[in-house]
Amino acid sequence: MSIQIIDLEPIFRDVLENEDIVLTEQTKAADIEEWDSINHIYLIVAIEKKFKKKFTTNQIQNWKCVGDIVNDLNK
Amino acid sequence: MKIAILGNYATQFLQKSLKKACKNLDKSIEWYEADFNAINFEVIDEQSGLYTFIPDYIIWHESYLGLRDSFYETSINAQQSFAETQIDRIKNLCSIINERLPHVKILFPLPVIINDNVYGNYYSKIKGSWGYQSLMLNWQLTEFSHQKDSFYLIDGQPIGLLSTTDWSQVVNAELHFTLDYLGWLSKNIAGCIASFKGHFKKCLILDLDNTLWGGIIGDDGMEGIQLGALGNGKAFSRLQKWIKQLKQRGIILAVCSKNNEDIAKEPFMHHPDMHLSLDDIAVFIANWNSKADNIQHIQQILNIGYDSMVFLDDNPAEREIVRQHIPEIMVPELPEDPAEYLPFIIGLNIFETTTYSKNDESRTQQYQEESKRVQLASSITNMDDYLASLAMESEIGAFQSVDYDRIAQLTQRSNQFNLRTIRYTPIDIKRISEDNKYVTIAVNLSDKFGKYGLISLVIIKIEENREAYIDTWVMSCRVLKRTVEPFVINFVVERLREMGITQLRGEYIPTAKNGLVSKLLPDMGFASTHDMHKYMLDIINFRHLNTKIIAK
Repeated sequence: MSIQIIDLEPIFRDVLENEDIVLTEQTKAADIEEWDSINHIYLIVAIEKKFKKKFTTNQIQNWKCVGDIVNDLNK
Repeated sequence: MKIAILGNYATQFLQKSLKKACKNLDKSIEWYEADFNAINFEVIDEQSGLYTFIPDYIIWHESYLGLRDSFYETSINAQQSFAETQIDRIKNLCSIINERLPHVKILFPLPVIINDNVYGNYYSKIKGSWGYQSLMLNWQLTEFSHQKDSFYLIDGQPIGLLSTTDWSQVVNAELHFTLDYLGWLSKNIAGCIASFKGHFKKCLILDLDNTLWGGIIGDDGMEGIQLGALGNGKAFSRLQKWIKQLKQRGIILAVCSKNNEDIAKEPFMHHPDMHLSLDDIAVFIANWNSKADNIQHIQQILNIGYDSMVFLDDNPAEREIVRQHIPEIMVPELPEDPAEYLPFIIGLNIFETTTYSKNDESRTQQYQEESKRVQLASSITNMDDYLASLAMESEIGAFQSVDYDRIAQLTQRSNQFNLRTIRYTPIDIKRISEDNKYVTIAVNLSDKFGKYGLISLVIIKIEENREAYIDTWVMSCRVLKRTVEPFVINFVVERLREMGITQLRGEYIPTAKNGLVSKLLPDMGFASTHDMHKYMLDIINFRHLNTKIIAK
């Protein structure tokens, strides 16, 4: 079964300490106040741990929105 | 408490994990983080944020990757002396810091060593290889730390499978370490700072059956317990060897076992593969009472806080009972396999310390003498008679340079009998001893059972208008109720009288642990002032207090 956007929500809420976060395909860092460059790293580590998957440097650099993260997770 | 972080990589993550690791140490820690890769600038520029911040601790983290990058950028001839150049740079920066921040402690994680395999395993033959130079740098840092009092190394190489680097984060974020590694390192640093603040473990309490040896001595007998070559014996023998090292360092060992005492002591006396002997054990308790009760008994004899004790037991039920009754005591959750006991305990780094003195080695003997005194005391009903029978003598006088380490250690270790809980390092003590604005007093005590050693110290600051002030008064709790306190005050007053001082001011600063001395000053004849924790002693009209101690 493929990973959905909704599967990422608990991680974002936990790492960014904001229970109101709702993610869509298009959500970008600019849309969420707490999503700064430091928390970005915490998000990557948390997502990699949860789904037991390692992103490549290129994948991380090319992310524009949450949809891209989910796509890479499902590759 | 103020902590500054300097680093040659993105250290925001180190700061975050340090905050987490230090949160139980102090409620109000202030942090300062230098700009990325600005170590030289921060240290050299007198106007830099580092010097306006005035930290108590500097965490100075140079990542091996950053160092390796500078190695690669160095010309081939200079690569041969890379380590030397780096150590000179670090020494130089360190002396600038010391000059401007004389009280700061610098904590420096040792760079992790990874051969870059440019020469493969041949690197040790090539002076100009990264492998050679990085090993050299690590060694030179160790030497430097050995000589330099304010410069402390922190372990940088984790035991086990913890991965140190996430290469995509290095490229994307200049983050040279995994978050897990930084978490591990932060715990290490926090343990070191906790030890500076006087929190450390002093005593290890040991279960016997299936903890110090395999099997049950009462059932299996001397021939059946696993030690040495028998069964799992190697694991237990190795654990004992390590515990013996702890004892030699000055950790007090105690035994708490559900056994008959005679049977439990037999291996200590007669088993050829035992590395611990009865002489190594300060308090030996083997009976069928509850372990929580027995540990309370051990605590009364040793007179140290539960939070400085560690209890080792293979039985999860016993561990749980002890934890429930004595929540302050540390009870490691030992793995099931005895082969894992020792690596597990080593990995916990329980016995962090920031001081060591020769005195530590004889601590077990001191506590054994103490149990004899406890026995004598129980046979005599009158306290005065008992104290007189001890025939106590004291050498008392100014701090001697050979004792600086021990004196600093007393200020660090003592939590209960500590009037103001100011912690000093050996350098601080040297400075104070050489400053004629201070009167220093060290108290050595002995009695017919043996020497207690240096057990109390007083630092008095001479002020204007013929006044003096008690900056520090610390005493080892082993000598409570021995009339050391009036003996010390008598001596202090005599010294101050000779100097023409007329008033001695004293202050009690309450902490969670020093309730013991809350009434010390009034008990010694000090008068109250308008401030409830401040007191005053009239030197001119002071009359000697009663004491059973004779000055040598």
